[in-house]
Amino acid sequence: MDEILLSSLVDRYINNEMTDAEKNEFNQLRAQNQEVDQFVVEHIHFLAQFNKQHKRTALNSLLNQVHDSLVENGGIEVKQSAEPKVIQLWHKYKRTIAVAATIAGITAFFTSGTVHMVSNKPTESYIQQLSRKVDQQSVKINEQNKEIKKLSDSQNENIDTTPALQQISSGTSFLIDGAGYLITNAHVIKGANTLVVVNKNKEYKAESIYLDPATDIAILQIKDKKWKPNTHLPYSIRKNKPDLGEEIFTMGFPRNEIVYNKGYMSARSGYNDDTLSIQIAIGANPGNSGGPLFDKNGNIIGILSTRDKQANEVVFASKASNIITAVEHLKKDSLNINIKLPGSNNLKGLDIVSQTKKIEDCVFMVKTY
Amino acid sequence: MKLEFSEQELLKGFLSNNQRYTSIIYKQNFGLIQNLVLKNNGTADDAKDIFQEAMVILYENAQKPEFELTSQISTYLYAISRRLWLKKLQTSNNSAKLSLTPIESIEESVAADDEIDFKEKQDNDFSLMEAAMKKLGEPCKSLLEAYYIQKKQMHDIADQFGYTNSDNAKNQKYKCLMRLKKLFFAQYKY
Repeated sequence: MDEILLSSLVDRYINNEMTDAEKNEFNQLRAQNQEVDQFVVEHIHFLAQFNKQHKRTALNSLLNQVHDSLVENGGIEVKQSAEPKVIQLWHKYKRTIAVAATIAGITAFFTSGTVHMVSNKPTESYIQQLSRKVDQQSVKINEQNKEIKKLSDSQNENIDTTPALQQISSGTSFLIDGAGYLITNAHVIKGANTLVVVNKNKEYKAESIYLDPATDIAILQIKDKKWKPNTHLPYSIRKNKPDLGEEIFTMGFPRNEIVYNKGYMSARSGYNDDTLSIQIAIGANPGNSGGPLFDKNGNIIGILSTRDKQANEVVFASKASNIITAVEHLKKDSLNINIKLPGSNNLKGLDIVSQTKKIEDCVFMVKTY
Repeated sequence: MKLEFSEQELLKGFLSNNQRYTSIIYKQNFGLIQNLVLKNNGTADDAKDIFQEAMVILYENAQKPEFELTSQISTYLYAISRRLWLKKLQTSNNSAKLSLTPIESIEESVAADDEIDFKEKQDNDFSLMEAAMKKLGEPCKSLLEAYYIQKKQMHDIADQFGYTNSDNAKNQKYKCLMRLKKLFFAQYKY
């Protein structure tokens, strides 16, 4: 008998849709034909398994949901370890710790070395803010170097003297609320009269609504009729601290085109032990300032801000938790601003190409005039 | 509103996937199991896994007609979690032993080993089914779920998946089912 026809009979048989006469006939068929009977048993068994599978999936998601909401409302407390575990952890991870400590030691040695070598100058000039100064910069072309543009030291100190209506500098920013709220670095928009954000050749006017030089964070709001709100951002903001050695990546505008770069997490504090920032190793150039820093799952862990001028790939980023604090401050001070930080992450488990494709729409170049 | 429920009420609520009852059981017991796992070489994630696995075992065993809750829910969950964690420690080649001495009465009132074995067999089936479903791909997967789990009518399914009529959808559904069965039974061991 045709398997398709037989399947449909079995479905009706299981669902009790058969008339008594049909049922009798079917039972007779089963009794006579062993093959049919076997098929029926197998089919019933299979469907039961199929249903059980679904129930289990539903149960697992219920349990996870309950777990998350209990953690959130304080119903249960997730402890990281019982007291004596420190010792066990030490045994378990001492090799990793030794390697990390060595790396940290070497990095610290070089960093402090460079700091000492030039310690008669004010410390500010050893780190370079990664916003890109436009127009009045003298661009050195270095053919052996893959970097196309490099800034000469003298330009960095002259931001404020630039006349208005001329483009001062550019940086990167990214959406934290599809309604049109962006995060960038405070130094990117320093001295700016007019702000424009650009994504895929479309320019939108924006205004700065929050500025905190200590954490180097600014919140911008797009105020442009052309802006179409982006209802769902693909990434979320990571709440726990990133670990040393974690792979990270950023997207930003060191050129007029978006550029991807990857690196790793180097230290949990920033320049001069600044606890508001972290140290990372990544290829970053002027213009990357204000760019989002993602872990491999596409969670935001920081905002790229400055680099050590003396050392290669020593870059500092403002911690992601500063975004949350900034938004909270802003909400407290202004009644009519309702920023909703992205809650869920669609990037987990995707390969890097799909991740960057989704992120690209949410990263903007900031031009200041 | 009084928030006290009898054990039977709680269990019944949990079995009907009620979030409120599930949440109460979860809240009452998670801390205990977490302490057990943390004190015995486990991490917070291990604790969550073990506890949820114990909850699944409770859920699935309580569905069986012969099931009778002879102890408190918390005793049951503790006994199961303890066995699960011990087993995990043994298989993970970790020489550490549970520092807690077994409490005889608990071990007797809950046939933890049988129930864990039952679940292991089931988990194996589940992973086979999951693998088969993954290989099956779309739109077959959604089609089968729409019919067999969401119990949708064939003509609604035809609409949803863009088949010209319900007979076409039906044919497609059976083709999908045959393929899934083939994939599933190809790896299945009785």
